[in-house]
Amino acid sequence: MVEVFIYETRQFLEQLEQISLASEENGGFSVDDVNEIFRAMHTIKGSAAMMMFDEVSTLAHSVEDIFYYIRELHPQKVDATAITDIVLNAVDFIRIEMDKLDGGAQPDASSQELREYTKNFLREMKIANGDDPDVDLRKVKNAGQQKPKPKQYYIGAAKQPEPDKGTNADGSPGEGVHIFAATVFFQDGCEMEEVRAFGVLNNLKDKVIEIHNLPEKILEDDTAADTIKSLGFRLFFTTKLNYEQIEKELDQTIFLEKLELKELNSIAECEYWPSPETVSINALENTDPIKPKLPTSSENEAQEEADNANPPASILPGQTSGPAPMPSQGSNKPVHHGEGSQMISVRVDKLDRLMDLVGELVIAEAMVVQNPDLAGLELDNFQKAARQLHKINGELQDSVMSLRMVPLDGTFKKMNRIVRDMTKKLGKKARLVLVGQDTEVDKNINEHISDPLMHIVRNSIDHGIEMPEVRKEAGKNEMGTVVLSAENAGGEVVIKIKDDGGGLNKEKILDRARKNGLLTRPEEEYTDGEIYSFIFAPGFSTKEKVTEFSGRGVGMDVVVSNIKALGGHVLVDSNPGQGSLTTIRIPLTLAIIDGMSVTVGQSSFTIPISSISRSFRPAPGQIFRDPEGQEMIMVQEKCCPVVRLNELYNIEDAVTEPTEGVVMLLEAGDRTFGVLADRLLGVQEIVVKPVPAYISKVMNTTGISGCTLLGDGSISLILDPQRLHHMIYS
Amino acid sequence: MEDEKNILEEEDTLKDKYLTFTLGDEVYGIDISVVIEIIGIQKITSVPEVPEYVKGIINLRGKIIPVVDMRLRFRRQFREYTDRTCIVVVEIHDVLIGLIVDGVAEVLDIREQDVVPPPDLKASQNKYIRGIGKLASNVVMLLDWEKLFSGEDEEILGNTAGEYEDAATENEAQA
Repeated sequence: MVEVFIYETRQFLEQLEQISLASEENGGFSVDDVNEIFRAMHTIKGSAAMMMFDEVSTLAHSVEDIFYYIRELHPQKVDATAITDIVLNAVDFIRIEMDKLDGGAQPDASSQELREYTKNFLREMKIANGDDPDVDLRKVKNAGQQKPKPKQYYIGAAKQPEPDKGTNADGSPGEGVHIFAATVFFQDGCEMEEVRAFGVLNNLKDKVIEIHNLPEKILEDDTAADTIKSLGFRLFFTTKLNYEQIEKELDQTIFLEKLELKELNSIAECEYWPSPETVSINALENTDPIKPKLPTSSENEAQEEADNANPPASILPGQTSGPAPMPSQGSNKPVHHGEGSQMISVRVDKLDRLMDLVGELVIAEAMVVQNPDLAGLELDNFQKAARQLHKINGELQDSVMSLRMVPLDGTFKKMNRIVRDMTKKLGKKARLVLVGQDTEVDKNINEHISDPLMHIVRNSIDHGIEMPEVRKEAGKNEMGTVVLSAENAGGEVVIKIKDDGGGLNKEKILDRARKNGLLTRPEEEYTDGEIYSFIFAPGFSTKEKVTEFSGRGVGMDVVVSNIKALGGHVLVDSNPGQGSLTTIRIPLTLAIIDGMSVTVGQSSFTIPISSISRSFRPAPGQIFRDPEGQEMIMVQEKCCPVVRLNELYNIEDAVTEPTEGVVMLLEAGDRTFGVLADRLLGVQEIVVKPVPAYISKVMNTTGISGCTLLGDGSISLILDPQRLHHMIYS
Repeated sequence: MEDEKNILEEEDTLKDKYLTFTLGDEVYGIDISVVIEIIGIQKITSVPEVPEYVKGIINLRGKIIPVVDMRLRFRRQFREYTDRTCIVVVEIHDVLIGLIVDGVAEVLDIREQDVVPPPDLKASQNKYIRGIGKLASNVVMLLDWEKLFSGEDEEILGNTAGEYEDAATENEAQA
């Protein structure tokens, strides 16, 4: 329940953020935007109230009020930026509370300040537009819709089993059962009477046998608050508690003005007590308490409201329907309806399991097709069938992977917010241009890329983009541009963050690197790229002053560690005065890769095919030793170090004569080195399995990143050229 | 509630039951509750950089698990593996480990009152013995698997439990 609440609320928050940012850009709120925001806030309010998160629901209520005002009276003077600020602040507040809730804590922050601010803002806006700030809009609006007879509503009865009604057939109370009629009046101006009434109801739910209340629809009905204000919130219930206990219970209600509690002798004395049929019909319709009543469900209306001439308020034109996730009206995007029915949400661990199974299938396929028993046999039909199997397996693998793929869209759009907030605070001018945000990446990548992107974009705005005056002087457009682009490039997703700011200051970085003791070689030996990459070192900052956004030196190292965890890498380039470019490359998947397997003695190793530049049998004399005994090989006019795997891993019975073995040139970043193995086994799709936990710590330093199973069921160790290079040469 | 009861009951049926195995002439016992299965010796893939007693990794129906030679673990002479050599697969803190032993004997019931603490000698290997079970004809040394796989190993191989979590997150990252 809480999980669903968090999930839904987060989705609404995202939606809210996007709508308000978009409207600010367009210079104002369109009718659709207003409706959307109103609806989202209303839903958050309703569900938060249901979950008893008062601070969240009251805040949502106050924001909702602004949009209610805009929607109903179409004021002329609307400060879109200020309203956007309010919405975003509220979104932030609620988001933090959701994070707390998600982390197992209770949302405990007070939204008092934000609420006050919002209320005052609305008041001022009303005055500015010549409206009476003290008129309660809802009252005015709803006055014309007052139902002749308040409708009834019940909650909680569905939970109670029928036999346990506590009353006898004649309506007199059973043994120890009391019948009460209570009317609760809230203090004037306590706001959100309907939500408070809901809270009262929720509190009582576990303590009563059966409960009915007037007005019946609390959260769905816009008029409910009004009815409660004027007539009080009326409750009729049977319970095993006595008068004092119930009185005590109800007395705890917050903002309670007056409580009228009366014990009755029979349920017949209750003004309203629906028959069991009505109860069960209601129960059917109310399994989800915040679902709005659909206009088509007229059966129920006929049943309970045969004499009610007015249709329920929720289907009146111009009224936003209840707080349902899907708008039944007032939406400008009809596509949503169609998409909704085509979508299902699946738990990620189920997808992971599916992915694992596909991995096993790939191994099993290799075990069948490359079975040692088949060696040397001419099996035309078998080969044909095997190829078909391979094709289907490949497609299956692609489909399963695509299930986990999500567009970068949402993550990219979040950056809009950062740019907006920062430029406002820093007094800079910049816009964010998104390119290729439809690019799909694994869900996992999408989640982990958000933080790094945020840090880089922040850096671009804070360090890169200059103040407007400086830009003007330099002959640039006052408005800085940050381009965030994504594309798929052969098994990798490439994300670039480019700004047209001042670029990185090489001297400053070098200076700081010197101070931090990061230089391990003479300064002049460092390439530009190497110097720029110092900014990714932990604790590195060229800023003298710590600002709200940067300068602490944490952040950019987060970028690197996050991206490394995804198996990717980051490059920075910069042109003084022209801006800088950060490139992130992340492999689309690490779970199933193409690998070249080789043997060394009795052991086998697998190397990702993407990092092998070539493999060949060296000619006699092609490998030579330098004075330090380091073996080298001359390939295409380039000299590369060579390492013998058998010596590296102490493997016996391996080929010692290079001319009988095979050398593979591996690429680790921008370096190339060779490894000597005995024999190539061939290229195969391999499923990466982690090194067993028991030995994973020691394995971290061996250049072995995982293991895989070969066709014959034997284990092959996966070599990571990057780690291998690191291990050998540093 | 029901589950809890079941677990308790299940634990109860496994209580005081030990799988005994031999290393040369010595008989050792390990709690049956941590034993997953017993398999014959199979092809072991050696891995670099690990202590000598970690013989390598094996493929257990698609799961890759490390195997430890118990003779070498207790600093005995290495003996070639034979048909009688077994791998006892145990699960300790959610980590599967294979123990290579000379042979597996039987499952014994040794009641708590028949277990005496090991003599307080300074000899290093005693710290892996939780107690000595008295039988009619001989004695069984009961292994303290907690200490065996998370005590000293922790320094060499890293905290198994912690590492496991690390590996899990890495898995996630890879998936």
